[in-house]
Amino acid sequence: MKKSKLITLKAPLTDKEIKALQAGDKVTISGTIYAARDSAHRMFGKKPPFDPAGAILYYASPTPTRKGEVIGSIGPTTATRMDTFTPGLLKAGVKITIGKGRRSQEVIDAMKKHKAAYLVVAGGTAALLAKHVKKANVIAYPELGPEAVLKLEVHNFPAIVAIDCKGGDLFEKGKKKFRSA
Amino acid sequence: MREVVAKKITETIKKLCVEANTNLSEDVLEALNKALSKEKSSTGREILRQIINNAKTAWREKLPLCQDTGIVTAFIEIGQDVRIINGTLDEAVNEGVSLAYHKGYLRKSVTLDPIERKNTEDNTPAIIYTKIVPGEQINIKVMTKGGGAENCSAIKMFKPASPKEEIDEFILETVENAGPNACPPMIIGIGIGGTFDYAPNLAKQSLLREIGRHNSHPSTAKWEKELLEKINKTGIGPMGLGGTTTALAVNIERHPCHISSLPVAVNIECHAHRVKEAIV
Repeated sequence: MKKSKLITLKAPLTDKEIKALQAGDKVTISGTIYAARDSAHRMFGKKPPFDPAGAILYYASPTPTRKGEVIGSIGPTTATRMDTFTPGLLKAGVKITIGKGRRSQEVIDAMKKHKAAYLVVAGGTAALLAKHVKKANVIAYPELGPEAVLKLEVHNFPAIVAIDCKGGDLFEKGKKKFRSA
Repeated sequence: MREVVAKKITETIKKLCVEANTNLSEDVLEALNKALSKEKSSTGREILRQIINNAKTAWREKLPLCQDTGIVTAFIEIGQDVRIINGTLDEAVNEGVSLAYHKGYLRKSVTLDPIERKNTEDNTPAIIYTKIVPGEQINIKVMTKGGGAENCSAIKMFKPASPKEEIDEFILETVENAGPNACPPMIIGIGIGGTFDYAPNLAKQSLLREIGRHNSHPSTAKWEKELLEKINKTGIGPMGLGGTTTALAVNIERHPCHISSLPVAVNIECHAHRVKEAIV
C-alpha cells in the first residue's frame, strides 16, 4: 500500500480529480455536499432533487438541531443499503458517495464506468463530524423528518477513499494486510 | 408492599436514554484506549482516536455520540414486592422514551409498521423485557442500539452433536459478513442454548455485561477470549479498513436447552455501545 497523502476536494468534481484518487487516500472536503438516505432514495430514484453533475452525496440523517446550532450529530449510515440506487445516480453525474460499509459489485462497476469514488468516514463519530458542517438546509421531502434531503456546506470534512474509480478497494487491501488467521 | 408511581419510571427512562446517547460508558472508553495502544494499522489508530475524541466532544457538548440514536430496549427487573401505581409500566416507559427523544434532541428512528414504514416521530414504542424478581426494587437497564450493527446479527440452529469448531465458524462468518458495515470495532454478544426465540434474547442480554468482564463460568470465559483473539486476526479492523482491532469484546451467555436443540445467536453491536442502568 502506498503512503497516504492529504487531498482537498470541492464539488463540482471533474473526472480528472476522481481519477487522481486512490483507495487509502485521506481527503478533506469543503463546499457543498448533499445528504440523503433510504426513504429519499426510494422517492427520487435516478433523479435527485439537486444538480447531480460533479456532486458529492453523503448517506446521512442527523439528530435534530438544537436552538442556535447549525446541525445535530451527523455521521454516516451504511452505504450498502443504497446500492440499488447508486449506479443510476453515478450515471447522472454524481462523482462521490460517502458512507460507511461495503458497496456491491454493480456499484463498483458503475464507479469504474462513470468515474466515481466511494469515501468512508468513521461511523459513530457524529458529534465530531457536526463541527465540520457550517450550513444546513432541507431541500426536499421535509415530510421524511430525519430522512429529508439536505444541502450542507462543509469545511475540512475528513474522509478516506475506500474504493476508487479503478476498483482499488481499501477494505480488501487493508484486511489482507492485517489478517493473521 | 412498596408503591412506585409510574412517573418515577418515566423520569428514569428519560434520563437513561439521554445519558446513554451522550455519555459513552467508562468500560467502553477504556476498551477503546486499550485498543488504540495495541492497534497495528495507522489508519486504524486514527479512526480509534476519532472515536475517542468524538466521545469527549459528545460528553462535553451533550451531543449524541452517533446520529443513529437507536431503538430503545428496556430490560426491567421488577421486585415482586413492588406495585406500580398511577399508570402502567408500558405507558411509563414509552412516555420516558418520547420525552428523552424530544427534549434530548435525539433522532426518531422507529417506524410504526415494518412494511409501511411511517415514522412514529417520538421513537416509541420501546422493546420492553420484564422479569419478576425477589425484593422491592425496580432495576432498569436501557440499551439504545443503532440499526447498522443490529442488521448484521444472525441465528443458527445447530445439531447437539455439532462440534464447537462449527459454532466458532458460524460466529466468525457472522463477524466477517458484518465487516465494515457494523461500525467495527464491534462488540459481539452471543447467546447459546434456550430456544429459537430465547437465544437471540440471551445474545442481547450478554451485551448488558460490562465490557472487559468475562463470563463467571471459566470455560465460557476461556471461549470468549479465544473467540476475541480469532476475530481480531481477521484483519477487518476499525471501520473495516484493515487492522488488528475488529472487536472490543466477546460476551457469551449459555442457557439450558432441549435435548435435540443447540441454537446459537450472534448479536452484533457497534463501538458506540450505549447501555445505562438505574434502580428505582
